[in-house]
Amino acid sequence: MSETKIYSKPRSWMKDVHTHYCPGCGHGIAHRLICELIDELDIQKDTLSMAPVGCAAMMYDYIDIDYVEAPHGRAPAVATGIKRVRPDKMVFTYQGDGDLASIGMAEIIHAANRGENFTVIFINNAIYGMTGGQMAPTTLIGQKATTCPLGRDPRLAGYPIRMCELLASLETPAYIERVSVAKPKYIIKAKAAIKKGFEYQMQNRGFSFIEVLSTCPTNWGMNPVKAFEWQMETMMPYYPLGVFKDYE
Amino acid sequence: MGKVLMKGTEAIAEAAIQAGCRHFFGYPITPQNEIPEYMSLHLPKHGGVYIQGESEVASINMVLGAAATGCQVMTSSSSPGISLMSEGISYIAGSELPCVIVNVMRGGPGLGGILPSQADYLQATKGGGNGDYRLMVFAPSTLQETVDLVQSAWDYAFKYRNPVMILADGFMGQMMEPVEIKPHETDRRDVKSWAMGYYSDRGNERTLIKSMNLTPELLEAHNIELQKKYDRMQKEDTMFETMDLDDAELVIAAYGTSARIAKTAIAHLREEGYKVGLVRPITLFPFPYEAFEKIPPSTRHILDVEMNMGQMIDDVKIGTSCKYPVSFFGHCGGLAPSVEEIEQECRKILG
Ligand SMILES: Cc1ncc(C[n+]2csc(CCOP(=O)(O)OP(=O)(O)O)c2C)c(N)n1
Ligand code: SF4
Repeated sequence: MSETKIYSKPRSWMKDVHTHYCPGCGHGIAHRLICELIDELDIQKDTLSMAPVGCAAMMYDYIDIDYVEAPHGRAPAVATGIKRVRPDKMVFTYQGDGDLASIGMAEIIHAANRGENFTVIFINNAIYGMTGGQMAPTTLIGQKATTCPLGRDPRLAGYPIRMCELLASLETPAYIERVSVAKPKYIIKAKAAIKKGFEYQMQNRGFSFIEVLSTCPTNWGMNPVKAFEWQMETMMPYYPLGVFKDYE
Repeated sequence: MGKVLMKGTEAIAEAAIQAGCRHFFGYPITPQNEIPEYMSLHLPKHGGVYIQGESEVASINMVLGAAATGCQVMTSSSSPGISLMSEGISYIAGSELPCVIVNVMRGGPGLGGILPSQADYLQATKGGGNGDYRLMVFAPSTLQETVDLVQSAWDYAFKYRNPVMILADGFMGQMMEPVEIKPHETDRRDVKSWAMGYYSDRGNERTLIKSMNLTPELLEAHNIELQKKYDRMQKEDTMFETMDLDDAELVIAAYGTSARIAKTAIAHLREEGYKVGLVRPITLFPFPYEAFEKIPPSTRHILDVEMNMGQMIDDVKIGTSCKYPVSFFGHCGGLAPSVEEIEQECRKILG
């Protein structure tokens, strides 16, 4: 009887580990895409990354590459230090929306503006996951969070920040795209975008930024199915998918 | 290269380059701007990289990333900038990474002033950032000593995989003195065993550099290991100088520029017949407590002289086991005690 392979773990996935992510969380999907690409591009031994502060703080437990830990929001500065010493290596950051768009806003804008030759994967789940569901800079108007229990009020907190659009106003970045992991067809596109980011880095084209619309069923107070629906119905109209800047 | 006349800040930068430093990240602040300026011009000529960070927060995190690759990386700043770097310094120490940080101190607190000061003794030696960590802290008092300490700083940074801070004051930064800067080689042979970027060299084993541990027993074990390292520094690597201690009735404790001024005062006082000596800590952490054991029984009083409000006085009391009365004399805010003032204070104490 012939066997048909329907599933295997990426080689760069740590042996015998399961993630601590909640059911329906987008982090796991994003991790998987990164590992598949590390395998496909054969860069496991030459990829250096840093763990962010957020739910993905222990992503080094899942991905078998060299890791250093970055303080909250500082990954783009840490990556700058690494890549400037080792331009021969692949470097990527992986950051949540609190990490990147709030406390780390200065670091991301200036790394983008210097055109640092690394790839940024930005996980936008419109909330602070790790600390228990507080408002993020990306929390939508009216969306409830533990620090805006009646829903985000723009008079108090301003409007949610669109990072792709913000960074696309800079001259230097090579590539900026927003993708989603809400459905297989989006996931395929997300993988292609991350791949492009990695390839641009290999070609020394400079800074690439891939925003991934993700989910946080736990802190959104939804089941996984509802969370993916909510992302498509509520997040996507405010955070449109697409390419905002491309070197080509 | 023989002796050349150089300004302190530039001597620091050139000494670093001659010791193998090839990466520098920093943000402008007075009174140390000549260091990054020098680096921005000269590092590229040596195949190195200078980047002006968008802040001290970013700069120290660039240092963190570069240090994780096992290179010789440096930053410099002045007091308020070091405050901003404290988060990163705590991570670097917690992650056990080597780097050299120069603090050309100015008056505080807050924005304070831009004139020379020693106001960051406590920040440098007792904390700044969170958690049980220590920096090695060197306090030079001449330009030649500054050059030598900057160069040996990487030896200690790599020996202990720990950040080393050169604690200079604005006088050291701005003064001109003849110095000799020789090439200096730092032993970095073991970097492949721990640094990023050597996955294949390690036989396909990755490296993981971090400070976080959510298991309390493991985090405690990590802290105990760090403490062993700090204890080893205390045992093996204190540095100090003593002067005219043998028959001293009054001993001045001072470091950096204050010690330099005190030395002149002591020479004058000796001519007048006053028996005054000096203990000059060169490492502020590890603090050379043993230097104070050399104080002779003839001693009646210890005078702590600093350009702050007396931040070292507790360490002096520990070093002398509170056997002698200790008092403080100094100035702060950008003022330095004058030779005459120190002499007067000593005469008053000795009666
Ligand atoms: C300096 C500092 N401030 C605050 C925190 C607490 N903290 C940990 S994770 C986090 C938010 C992370 O949210 P996000 O980046 O959106 O990632 P997610 O957990 O949603 O994946 C905060 C505020 C910290 N660790 N360090
Ligand atoms: S709290 Fe939210 S972001 Fe964190 S693992 Fe759970 S679902 Fe994912």
